[in-house]
Amino acid sequence: MAARDGGVTDLATGGPFAANAFVEAIQFLVAPRESVTGGVQVGGVDEMLTLTANHLLLSFAALAIACVVALPLGLWLGHIGKGEFLAISASNVGRAVPTLALIAFFIAFVGIGFLNVLVALTLLAIPPLLTNTYVGVRGVDRDAVDAARGMGMSEPQIVRRVELPMSVRSVFGGLQLSAISVVATAILGPLASVETLGTPIVSVNVYGQPGLLGASILVAALAILIYVLLAVAQRGLTPRGLKAGRSDAPGILRRIPFLQRQGSAQPT
Amino acid sequence: MGQSRDLHIFDDAAGRAYPREVTAPQTSPNSEAVRPRPQAATLEFRSATKRYPGQEDAAVDGLSLTVPAGEICVLVGPSGCGKTTAMRMVNRMIEITEGDILLDDRSVRDRAPAELRREIGYAIQQIGLFPHLTVAANVAVVPRLLGWDRDRIEARVRELLELVSLEEGTAERYPAQLSGGQRQRVGVARALAADPPLMLMDEPFGAIDPINRERLQNEFLRLQAEIRKTVVFVTHDIDEAIKMGDRIAVLRAGGRLAQYASPAELLMYPADEFVEDFVGADRALKRLALQRVRDIDLWSAATVRSGEPVDEARRKIAEADIDMPVLVDDHGRPQGWLSERGFAGERVRPELRSRAEPLVELDDVLRDALADLIESEVHYSPVVDSGGRLAGVLSLEVISQTLHVPPERARTGPQLVDPAPGEDDAVSAEVEPA
Repeated sequence: MAARDGGVTDLATGGPFAANAFVEAIQFLVAPRESVTGGVQVGGVDEMLTLTANHLLLSFAALAIACVVALPLGLWLGHIGKGEFLAISASNVGRAVPTLALIAFFIAFVGIGFLNVLVALTLLAIPPLLTNTYVGVRGVDRDAVDAARGMGMSEPQIVRRVELPMSVRSVFGGLQLSAISVVATAILGPLASVETLGTPIVSVNVYGQPGLLGASILVAALAILIYVLLAVAQRGLTPRGLKAGRSDAPGILRRIPFLQRQGSAQPT
Repeated sequence: MGQSRDLHIFDDAAGRAYPREVTAPQTSPNSEAVRPRPQAATLEFRSATKRYPGQEDAAVDGLSLTVPAGEICVLVGPSGCGKTTAMRMVNRMIEITEGDILLDDRSVRDRAPAELRREIGYAIQQIGLFPHLTVAANVAVVPRLLGWDRDRIEARVRELLELVSLEEGTAERYPAQLSGGQRQRVGVARALAADPPLMLMDEPFGAIDPINRERLQNEFLRLQAEIRKTVVFVTHDIDEAIKMGDRIAVLRAGGRLAQYASPAELLMYPADEFVEDFVGADRALKRLALQRVRDIDLWSAATVRSGEPVDEARRKIAEADIDMPVLVDDHGRPQGWLSERGFAGERVRPELRSRAEPLVELDDVLRDALADLIESEVHYSPVVDSGGRLAGVLSLEVISQTLHVPPERARTGPQLVDPAPGEDDAVSAEVEPA
């Protein structure tokens, strides 16, 4: 992974101490050790697995809610061609407001805990999804939509059978963006008492430098992994006819699962 | 053989008021009787009007016209004349503000838009194929909306692709892999998928290069001769209108109907200056593209075989419109213009003055036939039927008589159609085939 390679070289040039720090970080991930403050065992595979599971649960929950909210809204706004201001400025506002501030803000309303961080991360995830969905739908060939309507598709049918499949790429772009920012931002969880991979980072005075570095490496790796998985999913879900330069490739990429329910009408 | 009888038929028909206009390839009456006539709807605009709020002028203003079932009605006019708007009012893509449109005597306003549209074929210039679906799935869109079962859809798709001359392998391809012409064919197939009684076509061949456009036009006319749908066809190209239309509605700015007539009538009797300008200064020439050689009254010529008694041949020449005999072979196929020297003996000898060139066919449009004459630098040429047998003689004079527009009420006149005997001599004297 880029992060690890980069770490080795950069730290290595910093001298023997830096290289040691990296080795120690890896050791922290695999074997428990005594905390800086003493008295407790920290790190090791078991704790890291628990923290990772929490981290992912939180991130997926936030993403799932964001999808449920942003996809229909983006599709609908894009379909009727209104709300461009809302859809576009949402992403700008979303970028401008720091999630840290949101968490602090929500402590006043929902207190500390899972819900607080979940809401904050959901708000972080919505803007890129909303914007990309809207832009994707607006980018669908208007003539195809006109033809669809002229042939007698109802408006929901136009959205489902024409606009959604044709904007898959853009929607997934938004999902990737949301996913990596959510995964990266979930490290703020401990600020509202939600244990995530952010715990060793936030509580560096307990976990020590190796904990900080080890957890950071893990978060970076997770973000990259999720990004790649989504990219693969995107390729699989993009209708074959929309893929440039892909001529007669048969086989696995043929299916358009959510598009063609009762199978296609293709004579075989 | 009966060639001479054939020639006399032309004489008999000489009094016909007008050559029939030919717009689409003709289906023979026989084939129509054999196969059941596919369903087609009658479409009636009744003072249909579209006004957009805040605009003083209507986009379409009180349009009234009736399109009989099975005919192609072309809406033509300069840009901004409301022709597309008028077309889109039919399937309620644009709502009528006043008046009404009736499809088989039923107002389109009484129908749910989506349901109505599934019964109306829809093809637009940009085609609007769905890039994420295969050709087969594109064609299958409306049948699937109508809930046809899979086998029926599959069979229909195959049938349609064949109908629009797309190869079998095309079905599994995607629109991006097709040429413009192929896409256009898919668009037409898709519009025809549910066998709609009415088709709306908005400049369907507008984005195609001229060569392919002509081919697609011809294919569509051939198709239409077979399926006999009612078609509303929008174009800004008067030549396309004349070629495709059984009837042409010329619209002027503000969506007002300037004239609604058959192509021939439009070219011969434009209603006003606007229509006259719109059809163009060369409207007389355009009419040549409307008529086929079989639709006009050809001259008869004596057909003479080698070895025939000269007396017999001379008698035939006297009966014919022109005194230039044509030498034919045993199958009645013209060999050339017989020279006077061929009559020297008892029996006709195959002495040719010139070969039978160019050979015009009955199915040629007059424009092409005229081009042949001009190219070969002759004033007349033999016309043959599909079997290659002589069917008459076409001359520049016959063509110019055809183009002559008599005053409205006095259209006929034997002197215009039937060359007087005196003229015959003059013509044959002055015409020396090159």
